[in-house]
Amino acid sequence: MNKNNKNDISTDAMAGAGLSRRSLLKGAGLTGAALIAGGSPAALAQAPAPAATSLRIALTEAFETLTAAESAALDAFASRLIPSDDGTPGAHEARAVHFIDRGLTGPMAASREQYAVGLAGLDDCARQRAGVPFAQLPAVDQDAIIDAMTRNAIPEFPMLNAAFFNTVRTHTIEGTFSDPYYGGNRDFVGWALLGYPGVRIASSVEEVQLGSALAPSRQSAYDMPAHTKDPVGPEAAGGASHGH
Amino acid sequence: MATEMPRTDVVVIGLGAVGGVAVLPLVTAGLNVVGLEAGGWMSSRDFAPDEIRNNIRDWPQAVPKAKSEIPTTRANLNFEAVQGGGHPMMNGVGGTSLHYWAQSWRLNPWDFKTVSETTRRYGAHRIPQDSTVEDWPFGYEELEPYYDRVEYALGVSGNAGNIQGKLQPGGNPFEGPRTRAYPMPGLRSSPFTDMMGEAARGLGWQPFQGPAAINSEVYGDRPGCFYHGFCDRGGCHVAAKSSTAVTTIPEALKTGRLQVRTHARVLRIVNNADGRLTGVEYLTGNQVMFQPADAVLLASHTYENTRLLLLSRSREFPAGLANNSGQVGQHYLSHHQGAPVIALFPRNLNNWYGLPAQGVAIDEWADDNFDHGDLDFIGGGNLWVHTDRKPISAAKMSTFDLVPNWGAQWKAFIRENADRTNASYVQKTTLPYRGNYLDLDPLVKDKLGFPVIRITAEFRDNEKRIAAFTQDKMEQWYRAAGAVQIIRTPLGTGMGTSTHAYGGTRMGDNPATNVTDRFGFAHEVPNLGILGASVMGTSGARNPTLTAQALAWRTAEHLATNWNSIAG
Repeated sequence: MNKNNKNDISTDAMAGAGLSRRSLLKGAGLTGAALIAGGSPAALAQAPAPAATSLRIALTEAFETLTAAESAALDAFASRLIPSDDGTPGAHEARAVHFIDRGLTGPMAASREQYAVGLAGLDDCARQRAGVPFAQLPAVDQDAIIDAMTRNAIPEFPMLNAAFFNTVRTHTIEGTFSDPYYGGNRDFVGWALLGYPGVRIASSVEEVQLGSALAPSRQSAYDMPAHTKDPVGPEAAGGASHGH
Repeated sequence: MATEMPRTDVVVIGLGAVGGVAVLPLVTAGLNVVGLEAGGWMSSRDFAPDEIRNNIRDWPQAVPKAKSEIPTTRANLNFEAVQGGGHPMMNGVGGTSLHYWAQSWRLNPWDFKTVSETTRRYGAHRIPQDSTVEDWPFGYEELEPYYDRVEYALGVSGNAGNIQGKLQPGGNPFEGPRTRAYPMPGLRSSPFTDMMGEAARGLGWQPFQGPAAINSEVYGDRPGCFYHGFCDRGGCHVAAKSSTAVTTIPEALKTGRLQVRTHARVLRIVNNADGRLTGVEYLTGNQVMFQPADAVLLASHTYENTRLLLLSRSREFPAGLANNSGQVGQHYLSHHQGAPVIALFPRNLNNWYGLPAQGVAIDEWADDNFDHGDLDFIGGGNLWVHTDRKPISAAKMSTFDLVPNWGAQWKAFIRENADRTNASYVQKTTLPYRGNYLDLDPLVKDKLGFPVIRITAEFRDNEKRIAAFTQDKMEQWYRAAGAVQIIRTPLGTGMGTSTHAYGGTRMGDNPATNVTDRFGFAHEVPNLGILGASVMGTSGARNPTLTAQALAWRTAEHLATNWNSIAG
């Protein structure tokens, strides 16, 4: 089972599978802030098992730093960069916006201001042109704005420029095709798009000959016992015994 | 006031690719060694197949020291030096040998004798006038036994091309003669490298599997490579990569004469009124310590070697340790590895698994392996293609100007072509020049308030002409293998930060133009040895690590053999 994709897992199933608090915490961490408001991962994990009638946790899509308006504009933007209107998953289905949101609270924090200014600019630009925020524009009009951005051709909104486009494009690609541990590439849709059969602990001559016809591994690097983020004992830690 | 530690024979500053090698001959000779390492130990658990961590958010490292010491860079005096990108070194036991590609080449004999061989064959006027290049103080033959020792101590896989003058099938026909074969056969080929090898043979070239410090089979207590990929900027999850953290350092620890002191950040190297070293001052946590020693080996990577010397000022060395000649920081170069050619093939290449050291090489156009009589440059490039692909970098592939780089068309393009592209890796002869150097940045400081290194350097005509020449050869090779689209990238300008950084403490007999003598000891400071590519005066057309490691072994052995005259 893919431990990084808990959205559809019922609490019953969790209880039934006898998941430890540790793995539940891990699951919560892996899906980022995709937990109900007021229920921190720790609080949720410690809560008594709900009554049998409560079959599903309604996992809302909370964000850690992006505002509601920002996330809507960004998701619309990312959905035009890697669209799904060909009937196959794109950046939206991969939850690239959740990857970016988490990244902006830490490793990508240097870009937070650029996102704040750029996403507000997108909505302002859309309102000026059509009276609605960017996310509510028809796709063809969204594309027109993005195309103009890449050419630095929106002088009245100077923050909508090629540099902002490149930042969002880079992060959307990372969020769509990264290890699902980081909150994107949900259900491995990004790796499937590329024909990448997924991370493996080893690859044999035969597997290499198969190439993208190889059955996908459908695992995160951190699903592997060798790299789990769970605390482990010294025996499982491996490799650290260099005589010191 | 620094806390003084018990005296030891030798302090090694930095337990990375070269310091981690040097400790072994020292302790084997019976010397007591303290290794000061700014980082800590990392384990195989830290080396996950994770492109975000390894490739996007800096490589795995134990402490973020280097991150606050990123050099500033400018092409020449007309520009303001700016800080940017990552730091090519890392902190941790094993250092950059944890995450390097592990290509383990010996330099070509020509690289040691660039000036005299060029003069003999083409005339002295063919040496670029603005270059400060010198012959090394010795030839390939002098270093050969040390190459051999390191290849066996670490574990290097490869197919020999020349054993004692006898050419070997399947190896590099241009390599210098070696005493014996590699300890292990080369890494396995892949469908892609087989295809490229076949195309090269069709052109009359002699392709071969390049050498790698990665086990192709069980070596000692370590397994052979699992070929799962992700080691271009990551450590090995099964310790098949022969980093010093899993080879020479544990071996040296077994003697009981090596003390590894982690999280020890060296502040300065201390000398007395006679100009001899007395020890090393370092910071651990918030405590300043002093480690007295009879000899010091500086092994902290090219940028940090120069920085620590320039920061170690004293009455005897007011411009920095061993720098009364003004030579510290001079003859800097970073390897011209840019200007790749990128190809698109009409079918999948099955390159999702594998590693950058699992490649096929062409040496016909490297060094002086071909006639330069009618050309306008000296040296050349080693052509390299390899098996390695990761999903984010695959999605960021070149669009070959066929589609926009976003939207529905782009998505369809990468869906079809993600496994059909390949970028070459061509390493080129790079020379030292007047006006290219390292010094301390006058404005930018690290978190402790010490200046970072400032790089003032740019590629000159010789490098750019090699780049153009080798792009022709690379395109020819790809076309022969069936590539349908080719992109050539620009030839390069700035000689900025690189893992392949050379010079700053160049080795040579003339103390007016070199910091260290032929054994790697400072001309001005007899008990200071310097290890790393910072002593190398030429780059060759291939990765520097094995050469730096062979030199490190030789310097350490020289110290042990001449202990009384150097440290007494």
